Amino acid sequence: MKLVVAVVRPEKLGEVLEALFRHEVRGLTISRVQGHGGETERVETYRGTTVKMELSEKVRLEIGVSDHFVEPTVRAILKAAHTGDVGDGKIFVLPVERVYRIRTGERDEAAVTPVG
Amino acid sequence: MKPRLGGASVVSEAGTPLCAEASFFNSLGGLRMNAADTAWMLVATALVLLMTPALGFFYGGLVRAKNALNTMMMSFAALGCVAMAWALAGYSLAFAPGSGWIGNLSRLFLHGVDLNPLGTIPHVLFMAYQGTFAIITAALISGAIVERMQFRAYLLFLTLWSLLVYAPIAHWVWGGGWLAKLGALDFAGGTVVHVNAGVAAVVAAVVLGPRKDYARQATLPHNVPFTLLGAGLLWFGWFGFNAGSALGANTTAALAFVNTMLAPAATLLAWTLLDLRRGGKATAVGGATAIVVGLVAVTPAAGYISPLSAILLGLVAALPSYFGVLWRPRTRLDDSLDVLAAHGVGGTIGAILTGVFAQKLWSGAANGLLYGEPRQVLVQIVAVASAAAYSAFATLVILKAIGLFMPLRVTDRTGEGLGLDVSQHGEEAYGTGEGAILVLPELVPPPVAAPAPAGERA
Repeated sequence: MKLVVAVVRPEKLGEVLEALFRHEVRGLTISRVQGHGGETERVETYRGTTVKMELSEKVRLEIGVSDHFVEPTVRAILKAAHTGDVGDGKIFVLPVERVYRIRTGERDEAAVTPVG
Repeated sequence: MKPRLGGASVVSEAGTPLCAEASFFNSLGGLRMNAADTAWMLVATALVLLMTPALGFFYGGLVRAKNALNTMMMSFAALGCVAMAWALAGYSLAFAPGSGWIGNLSRLFLHGVDLNPLGTIPHVLFMAYQGTFAIITAALISGAIVERMQFRAYLLFLTLWSLLVYAPIAHWVWGGGWLAKLGALDFAGGTVVHVNAGVAAVVAAVVLGPRKDYARQATLPHNVPFTLLGAGLLWFGWFGFNAGSALGANTTAALAFVNTMLAPAATLLAWTLLDLRRGGKATAVGGATAIVVGLVAVTPAAGYISPLSAILLGLVAALPSYFGVLWRPRTRLDDSLDVLAAHGVGGTIGAILTGVFAQKLWSGAANGLLYGEPRQVLVQIVAVASAAAYSAFATLVILKAIGLFMPLRVTDRTGEGLGLDVSQHGEEAYGTGEGAILVLPELVPPPVAAPAPAGERA
């Protein structure tokens, strides 16, 4: 089992979710985050106050998958979240020690397999 | 608008005819200034001006958070550039005497627009009152082109549109132009304001093309309470729009005022029932839309029909617009905030029903189909069709011309993706300030400092 963590542009989230669902990846968690990669900062001005915004809005997806689902998941995100500009985000694939499904107490592979 | 009854010409104190403007006021007592009329028109002007910020809230709530400021600024900007265009030239093109098609330039730069009475109110006040109409009409178009237009191109478009489209059509109907002579009834602007803006909106949406996410991703309203607030403030301001179009504190104003209360109420009820029937739930965005549709529909009719007719008109007007807003998202026409369904369709239905329900008994002006004048319906249709045709053509020409000099749209990723608040205005509607680094004044190129005495420099 792996945990796929992806940080993507908020405006690409719709396309990413669509791609994941099309590849039958159905269990995931998302959160709105702020981060800094290599983007050029935005300059904003409020009356006399000028600021450089160093952090950009991003969305983080966390997806627990069984091993043979890692490749399709990663490829779906790579394709759907891509614009070609700096700031498209990152994908991390992490090992997972154990997974439990709270409702049934199932663990590991059984816990990340979608309920038919 | 503007009761057109008697035919006696109004003559200024100097003995020369005041101008064609005065022909609207023949029934209002010639040159005697009236304090009550002036007081009401001062208030009505402020009420109509409030409608433009209200429209900003109505539209602003319906877009995504990253475009909230841009959408609201599209309304607020009209308060600047359209008001200027109106005072310097638009008023003359609309209300100075001229041909049946457009006014001449005799009122350019407010020449002769002074404190002397026009009808029963000061001429300057009449100019300002009409200016508030020009402002909101231009701002209405923005609902069709939100979340994608370059702001500088939009400013130019607003200004040119108010001069080249709004002013001539206002002249046709209210400035003594050819539709006025034909006998078209448009109490407060069903054709001049709403059909005109609705058609221009569709043309603008087609020329700009749909948003990149349109019909691919959900683009949901980010703040429905703003939209309800805007609808409420629009209703409040609309009392000045419709009852003020009587140009005095009189019985016609009272009739228009009451109809402005009853017709949207009927539309709101009808819309809610349609919502309940269709989805089992009465939606808030639907309710806000219904109020605007009812207001639009009663606008041409307000001072011409009985209160009971206004209720009927409000009920009937709900249907075509309701199905219009259901139909539009199934097309490639990204009229994003349904300016066509609310203003174009609502204005058309209102204009035609004015020709059906008009009742001389109430207005002293004209009878419609139900009261023995079937021809009035045809006149109304001619007025709507000609205003729509001219508006479509001229809007297309203006946008294509601007497109030759500057891009009309923002670029895909740095504009639409990031949002127009940051890309067009350098601000955020709901910024948290996290990650903001203050750019200190020293980092800005400093003003040239006086040379320090040489001995103090290392």
